[in-house]
Amino acid sequence: MLSAHSLVRSVARLTTRSSRFASTLVVAEHDDEKLNSITLNTISAASKLGDVSVLVAGANAKKVAEQVAKVENVKRVIVAQDEKLKAQLPERLASVVLASQNQFKFGAIVAGASAFGRGIIPRVAAKLDVSPVSDVIEVHSEDTFSRPMYAGNAICKVKSLAPVKLITFRGTAFPPAKTEGGSAGIEDAPSSDLSYDKVEFLGQELSKSSRPDLGSAKVIVSGGRGVGSADNFKLIYDLADKLKAGVGASRAAVDAGFVPNDMQVGQTGKIVAPELYIAIGISGAIQHVAGMKDSKVIVAINKDADAPIFQIADFGLKADLFQAVPELTKAL
Amino acid sequence: MRVLVGVKRVIDYAVKVRVKPDKTGVITENVQHSMNPFDECALEEAVKLKEKKAAKEVLAVSLGSAKTQASTSAWNADAVEVLRTALAKGADKAIYVEVDDATASKLEPIHVAKLLSKIAEQEKVDLVFVGKQAIDDDACQTGQLIAGMLDWPQATFASKVEPDGAYFKVTREIDGGLDTVKVKLPAVLSADLRLNEPRYATLPNIMKAKKKPLEKKKLSDFGIDVKQQTQTLEVTDPPVRKAGGFVDDVPTLISKLREKGVL
Repeated sequence: MLSAHSLVRSVARLTTRSSRFASTLVVAEHDDEKLNSITLNTISAASKLGDVSVLVAGANAKKVAEQVAKVENVKRVIVAQDEKLKAQLPERLASVVLASQNQFKFGAIVAGASAFGRGIIPRVAAKLDVSPVSDVIEVHSEDTFSRPMYAGNAICKVKSLAPVKLITFRGTAFPPAKTEGGSAGIEDAPSSDLSYDKVEFLGQELSKSSRPDLGSAKVIVSGGRGVGSADNFKLIYDLADKLKAGVGASRAAVDAGFVPNDMQVGQTGKIVAPELYIAIGISGAIQHVAGMKDSKVIVAINKDADAPIFQIADFGLKADLFQAVPELTKAL
Repeated sequence: MRVLVGVKRVIDYAVKVRVKPDKTGVITENVQHSMNPFDECALEEAVKLKEKKAAKEVLAVSLGSAKTQASTSAWNADAVEVLRTALAKGADKAIYVEVDDATASKLEPIHVAKLLSKIAEQEKVDLVFVGKQAIDDDACQTGQLIAGMLDWPQATFASKVEPDGAYFKVTREIDGGLDTVKVKLPAVLSADLRLNEPRYATLPNIMKAKKKPLEKKKLSDFGIDVKQQTQTLEVTDPPVRKAGGFVDDVPTLISKLREKGVL
């Protein structure tokens, strides 16, 4: 009887311990107005690790926190609102994350694998002396993950032995969490030192576009070197508008100055996985394919039948894009 | 101002890598290697800073295992060769930190960051400049880790850097466009591809580079504990996508896409 009792007690102890260990902190990405959609994908990924808390830090964080509290699977929202957290510079944000970690002892601290997440997660990891895991595409268990390497040409399954898992998740690999149905409590973040003054945010220049964001677009039309000039990109925009699609580009098109670089799809640009990806005048270099090969249906339009893009395209059209694209736009 | 540039030897970007049949990694033997393209950009910018008299000295650092196979081809030059290239492109001095093969296979960005942080302190550098990511592990961590360890400000994914006294104004590539931050030295910068166009090493400079100082050290000289935190369980091929073949014309393409339900 005694041993049975102690067994029950130790099981109970184990359960509470594992549930405490299985809590995860998602560092929310937002612009002080609206939650960035990659955070929704990150919340889905994080919920595979256990209870989800979300940290919203910023100059106008309370407003965003109210949106986050309604997201499904979110149990707790931690808010840090301060003018010094404007633009969420990693140097100051790291203090808030660390103060939260000290108080709540999360088992994992995670963010989306965007420019924002890649900036903050390794910095916090350094402070905690743990090795981060980047760009996770699959969660096998609370310590085992898969991530791509070599521009997506190899998938590495890793086991993290770190006492706290510091992870960035690839947004396109996880479905977005629903923005309603949740009812998380909102609480203030523990106080932290925001006096770090060796960095200053000077401003940003965002590409203005009425088209859907590449990360969440259902259809993407992309142009490459074959498009020939910035003016010719109008063909791509016209087709995209017809399809209500986002517009992407290969590095060649960006380097040639046809389009701004935040439109680049690939290993070092954006990783996308829309329902339909139409690659126009793109040869299909390893680095580009790394950013779009998880699209559901891929269409390639290219006059070179030997272009590597045709090896991954569901539908290839060997044609001059200057004829085929206007014809396609007109027919839709 | 003294600049430390971290350079990594990786499988050349144009090589289609192959996964080993035993799933322990990718095949690296007899595969062309070169300097990580992002590190080339970081190095180029550091050399430009020197040419503009904004920097006094550029120190290139790399770590890796020495050649072990007898049948090493010219392609398989080790990390020392990457440093000689850095010297030929304008670095003043290089430090090669040698690790044995077993340790090399366990190295994670955090270990590299610990080493570079230590060298940055010992060498009293004002700026650590690295590539934004290595194209082999695609981790994108080292610069940020160094900044965290040293408590220095970080300006990642730089596409433009402007020195301004004790500060650097850095334009960064972010998801929706660009942003600009001002960081106070000492600081850590990481280079994006748009930062510049790296120069080629000319033959006379390759010859001159042979006379430049190249220090060889061991990882143990720095007291870095390579404690593994991330175990690789297996490395596999990604799911293969099959080509679907060609369609004859635009109307056929449209009807096929309608059938698939994506239009």
